[in-house]
Formats: sequence, C-alpha cells, structure tokens
Amino acid sequence: MALYSEKVMDHFRNPRNVGVIEDANGIGEVGNAKCGDIMKMYLKIEDGIVEDVKFETFGCGSAIASSSMATELIKGKPLSEVRTLTNKAVAEALDGLPDYKMHCSVLAEEAIKSALEDYEKRTGIKVE
Amino acid sequence: MIYADNAATTKMSEAAVRTLIETQAVGWGNPSSLYSHGQKAKEILEKAREDVAAVIGAEPREIYFTSGGSEADNQALRSAAAIGKRKGKMHIISTAFEHHAILHTLKALEKEGFEVTLLDVHENGIVVPSEVEAAIREDTCLVSVMYANNEIGTIQPIREIGAVCRAKGVLFHTDAVQAMGHLPVSTEDGFDMLSASAHKFHGPKGVGFLYVRKGVPLTNLIEGGAQERGKRAGTEDVPGIAAMVTALKETVSHMEENAAHLTKLRDRLIEGLRQIPHGALNGDAEKRLPGNVNFCFEGIEGESLLLLLDDRGICASSGSACTSGSLDPSHVLLAIGRVHDVAHGSLRLSLGEDADEAQVDEIIRSVREVVEYLRGFSPVWRDLMAGKKEFIL
Repeated sequence: MALYSEKVMDHFRNPRNVGVIEDANGIGEVGNAKCGDIMKMYLKIEDGIVEDVKFETFGCGSAIASSSMATELIKGKPLSEVRTLTNKAVAEALDGLPDYKMHCSVLAEEAIKSALEDYEKRTGIKVE
Repeated sequence: MIYADNAATTKMSEAAVRTLIETQAVGWGNPSSLYSHGQKAKEILEKAREDVAAVIGAEPREIYFTSGGSEADNQALRSAAAIGKRKGKMHIISTAFEHHAILHTLKALEKEGFEVTLLDVHENGIVVPSEVEAAIREDTCLVSVMYANNEIGTIQPIREIGAVCRAKGVLFHTDAVQAMGHLPVSTEDGFDMLSASAHKFHGPKGVGFLYVRKGVPLTNLIEGGAQERGKRAGTEDVPGIAAMVTALKETVSHMEENAAHLTKLRDRLIEGLRQIPHGALNGDAEKRLPGNVNFCFEGIEGESLLLLLDDRGICASSGSACTSGSLDPSHVLLAIGRVHDVAHGSLRLSLGEDADEAQVDEIIRSVREVVEYLRGFSPVWRDLMAGKKEFIL
C-alpha cells in the first residue's frame, strides 16, 4: 500500500502555483521550522476575487500537496468562498490524507486565513 | 533501484535463502522431540549455536536465539535490572542515542523504580569512556552502550568501556545490531551481554541472538518451555537460525574486503554531498560504519527528499519528524546537538556491499538536484538567502 493517494503524489510531484507574487496584497505564513512545516501563501486579490495565488512550502510530501491543492481550490474564487475553505475540503480533494498528516491540510487552511487577514489589514477591506 | 537503506534491513544473501529453504525441507522437526527427526533439527540448531559462538569467541552455551535485536535488548536490560534489584542496585547507565528497544525499556524500568543516566554522545556521536567511569556509582547495575549507532553509524569505544566496567565490576551490555557482520566483534571487547539481529547482515527477519557471559543469570521475557536453556520459551525457528548463521559466516569471512570497498564508496559519497552548500555530515567522519552516510541539509524537510529520491529509484531514510511518526525529529540527531530546524532535513544513506561508484555518483547527483529543487520553493530557504534568518549549517 502506498503512503499517499495518487492525487497527493501528483500534487507533490507537480505542485501547482509554486512561487512568489511580487505585488501580492495578502501574504500569510504559518507553521514553524521546529515542527518541520512552514507554509507561505501569496494572494493577489482584485474586486473580491483571488486573481492569482502562489505558495512556498517547507515540509513533507503531504504539506506540499496540501498547499498545492489549496491554491487550486481558491484560484479565481470570490473571497466569500475562499474564507470558508476548510482543511477537510483540502484533504478530500486530495482523496484523503493519512490521519497523522491531517495537520498539513490544517496548515493550508490556516495559511489562507492568515493571508486574508493580511489583506484586510493592508486594504482595510473586510473579507465577508 | 539503488538500495541505500541497509541500516534498515538488508537483502538476504543467496546462500542464506538456500539454507532457509533446505533447512525448512529437512530440518522441520521439533528440536525438543526425542525421535530422530526431531533430533535432526536439534543437531542443526546446536551446530548453529556453535558457529555463532565461534564468530564472536564465545562458548555455545552463552548464545541464546531470539526473535531479533529488540527482544535481545529487552531481555538483556530486564535481566541486568533483575540482578541489580536483588542486590539493591537500581542505577543504569546508557546513552542518549540508543535504539528505542533500549530507551523504551529503560523508560519502563524507570517506572519500576530504577534510576537511569543517559550519557552525552557529544557532537561527533561518540561516548567518552572516562565519562562512563565517572557516571558509575555504588548502586550501578548495568552499563549499556551500542556498538555502532543505527542512524549516524558512529562506532563506540566498546573495548575501553568494557575495561572500565570490568574494573568497576559493573555488567556491560552492547547493542551490536548494526555492527555484527560489519565490524570485528569479539568477547575480548569485554562486554557481558550483546544483542544482534540477522536481517542486518543478510540473514532473515525475525531472528537474532543474545550473547550472555556464563554466570550472568537471564530473566525470561517468554515463559512456557525448556527451550534455550529454559530462558526463552517457544519452538525454535531452526531454518531461520540456520540461515542467520550462513549469512553471518559469509559476511564475517568477507568483512575486511567489504569494509575496504564500502569505506571507499562512503568517503566518495560524503565528499560529493559536502559540495552541497549549507549541509553537514552527522557524526564522526572516520569512526563510523563503512557504509553509513548521514547528512543534514538546511532549508528542506526529509520526507519530501525521500519521496523524490524514491521517484528516482533511490531508497534511503530520514530522521525528520514526518518519517518518525511523531512531532520530534530523530533523538539521535538531537543528541549530537542538531537543532530541530536542521534535524528535519536529514538523510541517511547506508550502502550495501553490492554498491559501486556509478551508484554513488548517481546518488550524489540526485540528492544535489532534489535538495536544490526543494529549496527553490522553501520559505525557510528564501529567508536564509535573504539574510532574514541566519544559516545554522
């Protein structure tokens, strides 16, 4: 039995939306190197829509796959949808994660939330 | 496939597989049965005991077959603890980077009232004999120090520690699971007990042995029969034991040439991996097992490294938290002073005798590319490169 689903391995091997957005207006970083996982999300939000999203991740296979999947799930979506994205949705979209790796999907959710908070702070626009 | 995880397990040798199958066919009787078919199995078993004893310079009656290294470790510690308890000696000395078969047993003994001192293994991963001496107290009943570490491969000064223990009259156990078959191990080293496991030297899994100097009473972990001089119940796995002995004699007879070959490859691999910036070798560069290489690379995490190496057909292992199933990285890397941040980015490569230069060069190339790739989208690496964080390595 493989450690991860094919979808996790696909997103791990070919992560989508990797990199940095220079003029991002919402940046969130969660996790810490001590625990072995750090995720950083860059959002470019225009007219209430996530026009672009990129990520950088230091972490295991499922952390990288979770970040990648999360970016796919929120790209082009209105903030009302983005703010309600749950870690469960990320894990389900990956066809599941092993129990002890669920925290990776939690980090992805938190990274997005943190980027949205940053966006609110920078622009004064409330995300609803 | 390039198999570079021989510290985890080794492939059974062809000769060992042959012995296993042949013994299964002719020696399947119960060695405890009195008819000739059972006695045939008994004969194979006792010949195996003699052969193992000869390899380490012991007497056959000092060899007890077990299910492997973990059982041998557990029984050695439990036995020494029982002896200590009878004499009111409830202090045990070991090291911070032992295998969990030792550390977890010590934890259990602590709950039963024993006091445990874990010695520092220093930055180079080597115990200092004078520190063993200094740690020995009136009530010390056991010193247990591994022969060679399973993660970073560092070889311990067993003979010196043995001499210290002998002089102080304290029992000395060594977990030689990684050393047996790869380093010259002999009772002249001065240990009173030693654990070994067949699958680390091209024998089968589920078989190992415990050497116990005669006169040291063993405590049973498994009750129920007269096997192994009454100290380990259960019908013996005669085919597995016979196959272990074939493997052991084979590796021991080629030990010098294997060590020379592997040391050359190991040093080539270390040299190659040293070219990767902000990485570091873990453990002493010379006093280490011939096939063991262990590095930390800053800015990346070990599990992703392993998965991508696997995609390239390379089998390796890591001490990152994600691969240990806990939140903490390897206790061995922490014991030699690596901080969490870099311990997560560790890689262990343990070469086997059939490795060659082309494989080593392929490993170097792959590790370099994968580390570079992962650093390319690591926020930690970005911060390090931008000077927002200081490099540790």
